[in-house]
Amino acid sequence: MNQDLPRWADMVLIPALNLAMALLMSGLVVIIIGENPIEAMKYLVYGSLGYGEGIGYTLYYATNFIFTGLAVAVAFHAGLFNIGGEGQAYVAGIGVAIACLWLDNTHWLIVFPLAIFGGAAFGALWAAIPGYLQAKRGSHIVITTIMFNFIASALLVYLLVNVMKVPGSMATETRSFEAGAHLPFMSDIFAWFGLKIEKSPLNLSFFLAIAASVAVWILIWKTKLGYAMRTLGFSSTAALYAGISPARIIIIAMSISGALAGLMAVNEIMGVQHRLLLGYTAGYGFVGIAVALMGRNHPVGIFFAAILFGMLYQGGAELAFEMPAITRDMIVVIQGMVILFTGAMDHMFRPTVARLLSFTRSQQEGA
Amino acid sequence: MKLKHLLFATIASVTMATAAMAADIKPAMIYDMGGKFDKSFNEAAYRGAEMFKKKSGINYRDFEIQSEAQREQVLRRFARKGFSPIAVTGFSYAKAIETVAGEFPDTKFAIVDMVVDKPNVQSIVFKEHEGSYLVGILAIMASKTGKIGFVGGMGIPLIEKFACGYKQGARSVKADAVVFKNMTGNTGAAWNDPVKGGELTKSQIARGADVIFQAAGSTGLGVLQAAADAGKLGIGVDSNQNHLHPGKVLTSMIKRVDAAIYKVFEDARTGNWKSGVSVLGLKEGGVGWALDENNKSLITDAMKKAVDAASAKIISGELKVHDFMTDSKCPE
Amino acid sequence: MQTQTTATRQQLPDAAGEPPAIELIGINKSFGNVRANRDIDLSIKKGSIHGIVGENGAGKSTLMSILYGFYQADSGEIKVNGKKVHIAGPRAAIAAGIGMVHQHFMLVENISVLENVVLGAEDGPWLKGSLDRARTHLEKLAREYELEVDPDALICDLSVGFQQRVEILKALYRGADILILDEPTGVLTPSQADHLFQIFEQLKQQGKTIILITHKLREIMAVTDTVSVMRQGAMTAEVKTSETSPAQLAELMVGRPILMRVEKTKSQPGEPILQVDDLRVFNQQGVERIKGISLSVHAGEIVGVAGVAGNGQSELLETIAGIRHAKSGTVRIGGVAAGVTGNSNAKTLRHLGVSHVPEDRHKMGMIGPFEEWENSVLGLHDEPENSGGFIMKIQTILQHADDQMQRYDIRPPNVHLRAENFSGGNQQKIVLAREIDREPQLLLIGQPTRGVDIGAIEFIHKQIIELRDRGNAILLVSVELEEIMSLSDRIIVMFDGHISGERDPEFTNEKELGLLMAGINEAAQ
Repeated sequence: MNQDLPRWADMVLIPALNLAMALLMSGLVVIIIGENPIEAMKYLVYGSLGYGEGIGYTLYYATNFIFTGLAVAVAFHAGLFNIGGEGQAYVAGIGVAIACLWLDNTHWLIVFPLAIFGGAAFGALWAAIPGYLQAKRGSHIVITTIMFNFIASALLVYLLVNVMKVPGSMATETRSFEAGAHLPFMSDIFAWFGLKIEKSPLNLSFFLAIAASVAVWILIWKTKLGYAMRTLGFSSTAALYAGISPARIIIIAMSISGALAGLMAVNEIMGVQHRLLLGYTAGYGFVGIAVALMGRNHPVGIFFAAILFGMLYQGGAELAFEMPAITRDMIVVIQGMVILFTGAMDHMFRPTVARLLSFTRSQQEGA
Repeated sequence: MKLKHLLFATIASVTMATAAMAADIKPAMIYDMGGKFDKSFNEAAYRGAEMFKKKSGINYRDFEIQSEAQREQVLRRFARKGFSPIAVTGFSYAKAIETVAGEFPDTKFAIVDMVVDKPNVQSIVFKEHEGSYLVGILAIMASKTGKIGFVGGMGIPLIEKFACGYKQGARSVKADAVVFKNMTGNTGAAWNDPVKGGELTKSQIARGADVIFQAAGSTGLGVLQAAADAGKLGIGVDSNQNHLHPGKVLTSMIKRVDAAIYKVFEDARTGNWKSGVSVLGLKEGGVGWALDENNKSLITDAMKKAVDAASAKIISGELKVHDFMTDSKCPE
Repeated sequence: MQTQTTATRQQLPDAAGEPPAIELIGINKSFGNVRANRDIDLSIKKGSIHGIVGENGAGKSTLMSILYGFYQADSGEIKVNGKKVHIAGPRAAIAAGIGMVHQHFMLVENISVLENVVLGAEDGPWLKGSLDRARTHLEKLAREYELEVDPDALICDLSVGFQQRVEILKALYRGADILILDEPTGVLTPSQADHLFQIFEQLKQQGKTIILITHKLREIMAVTDTVSVMRQGAMTAEVKTSETSPAQLAELMVGRPILMRVEKTKSQPGEPILQVDDLRVFNQQGVERIKGISLSVHAGEIVGVAGVAGNGQSELLETIAGIRHAKSGTVRIGGVAAGVTGNSNAKTLRHLGVSHVPEDRHKMGMIGPFEEWENSVLGLHDEPENSGGFIMKIQTILQHADDQMQRYDIRPPNVHLRAENFSGGNQQKIVLAREIDREPQLLLIGQPTRGVDIGAIEFIHKQIIELRDRGNAILLVSVELEEIMSLSDRIIVMFDGHISGERDPEFTNEKELGLLMAGINEAAQ
């Protein structure tokens, strides 16, 4: 059956409907635990967009999601489902931390490019190994990337417990970086221009995320590498026909994907935490999958989906704070609803919308 | 500028303390990543807060964080809304407290298990090595084989501190006492793996141990279970766990996080809150060992006498138990 | 050209006064803006063989899908044996006595014939009982219709001809009185097809009604009693087969006179361009698919490779194109060894002047979701004229694609339309334009007119011959014997990875080639 939708419906209407459905279901959950869903919604929106600090947190989370969402999208265009963004970002933290620990007595302008390089390189490496295994050994990328998440977690534990930890400290983390390896917070950046905004973890990496989005857009749609990746993504036999080496493209695409996931570590480690610590990825890598799905694997879509998820994270915290009956587990349920409806159940409204649209169109023609 | 600030903060906290006597306080409790009901450390803090609520009739707010970034955020939010004192559990809050305490010099903060040097922060640490020393004495005296075991949760200095005190206690009675030590893991998951805890216990028993001390959160439940199943003795931790397997738990090394939290809130209410480091050892009643009807039959008079003697010596300062965390070493 | 019976529909007299097996009245079906079927009336006499012909996209498949319940008509009614029925799905169609044999068989490869036949039509909760009853019933059916198949053979062990029998048996087992067959001879050798037509006769004598959907006019002429022609969603004619001719049918399908025979001069072979020597190729499963083939194609010559699908032709094309590696043997292009046993790939072969129009354009030759301009550089995307360093020269490509669309008459001439939204013929033209425009020394072309409408076939054949006349070599693979015979200057027949014979198209016929395709070389015996 013809389910081709106009672009606007595919990019805007369907996600909006899915989101509305998710919020409706979440509202029901809120009612069940005896709170007012309208009130809850108000807290959620106000908490994420209503005041400076809230916006800052929303965009800070969004920065992470843009990176991990782009990572999933790049791999997806080459026909690969990289669900290892979590592990890649985690390992990338080592690269960022090395740059920061090494040169934190200089200036952040010197450390920044090195941290980007370190994060991207470590993330790329961590993704290239599953890429290689897929390309040369046929090990399925979904299996290997998820396995590599576990290996990454074990590796970080080892390094933080045995190598990088401050001796005698209880916390499994490196020493805190000196000011020379602190990315300027957005409040600092505004202060350069004499503007004052509320403090939040939002930092310079947000601009890095925007730059990465533009770069990904160029890569996918304007370069021959992107062309080769998309060819492979649609049909591996066509790639062979075109003289494109699938193995090569798989490894390259995974490396780029991992590098993007790795940039998340710049935001977290150099931008916010100022030290490498256990568990800092906090599932952002997995959220990236939902972000990419909702954003239709397009940088613009990913940008907005990332902001939406940033709102859910920040607004969710606000909600848990303002309504103690809504525990953090309820917030996870609400976030899960959004992921379920926007990602997994994306096709629920598709046939109905397609039918409605074609019906209105034929009505108009008839008239 | 900084000095002035500091000075002001000190004056403010002193004046605040007196002012608060009249008005009701707004206490807040923030738990670590493990969550409120972790059957261990955070839950003990929750019990302390609940106890305060029951006794004083003053309500408190609490929050469970979801990510690292929320530590500062929620501290700041409570502080801005006028909550004080704000108590947190866990060393992971150190950095966040340091930042936020600077921003809100009039707010009282309290952190358990970590020292933060700020004029408006009360740091509460426990002398776990002292309590562990005492149960070490009991363990070796109850042992028939002269071999005892220790199963820790996550391999961090804090847990080494337990293990080290335990060993010193045992060696003080029997110089050639054999103490087996195993850590369950290196991540947070190590606190919540009773199966592995049980396996480690069984292996220690196989090597001859007949009393096993656990400092491993929920993992420890598996340790006590395995020891009881094998007909050996376990030793509980943090709260009194003697009742878990009556007659099979020799004693419990008690760490009064609940009492500490209660005290923070209560002191704030009565205007007696003070910043600085509170080190809660045997002397302060922060740590101790549990004796109740469940383990009465296991503790002989000789054992009780030996422990009481050691306890008295530690309180008087005559005996110093080495703290692993001072030099990351444990004397052989 | 005859033009006396044109678009006027003539009602067929019903001698017995019996209601028709199938009657469609005023069927309409739209998909969005496209009216796939408009006011279709169709009446098929009981016990007859009725053909439906039409170009791709004329609405044949939609109409049959409505009849079999895959789609619901927007308006109109369906009568079976004079009774109005509502066909909500395939189950309802089966209940109404309609069975369908799909172009791609719907069989489970690794279970037996009997189990396949029973699958979905079990008459009880226990499989054993169903199977036993089915066995008796199946044997009876097989006897009646001369459709012998070993009920215990596994499907994967059967030849395609037998697999098709199983499909027919499946439909009969479910009590079908009306059988719809969609392009049933696509995978058969001419002799297998003839056997199928005998089965049709048998079924017809037993009173079954058969609807045959095909684009092969030869078959229509050979087996049907009546034939309907569809064009652009409408039924344009319904005629008695005995009163029409292939040329007339073709004209009815396209709407204009069609050249049935390709005009070409005798070839003037020059230097050998392609030289293949003792080529051996294994597939991924390690099965030898090409068992030592040697052949050559000269400049200015079209060599046609005939054979039933799956006898190594695909592997041959793909190996020469660099997509597949050979175990041993050599391939030379213009005297240069292409290294097909190891380090070659499609790119290195392209640089030797080889162009390739693959057999399956959907899987290889183009990317459906890509826009036309993107498809116009598939395989050429990293040539210096299309990309400088890292970034593609999109403006240049767009202009070139636009120009190509004009020259090759690709419609609609919109470089931003996705390839999947072009008709089959225009898709093939997109691929052909890209490959021929490079003026290759050697063109490899597989199934050039598969799924292509008649109008475009003419154009494509003309392009191939013009390329030859400009002195280039062409290796053509096709399962359409007609096409091979009309285009080739030399014919090679492949069977089971070998060359079973080589013939001059002037001095051979379909029967002889058919035997060679079955591995029987009479001349050699």
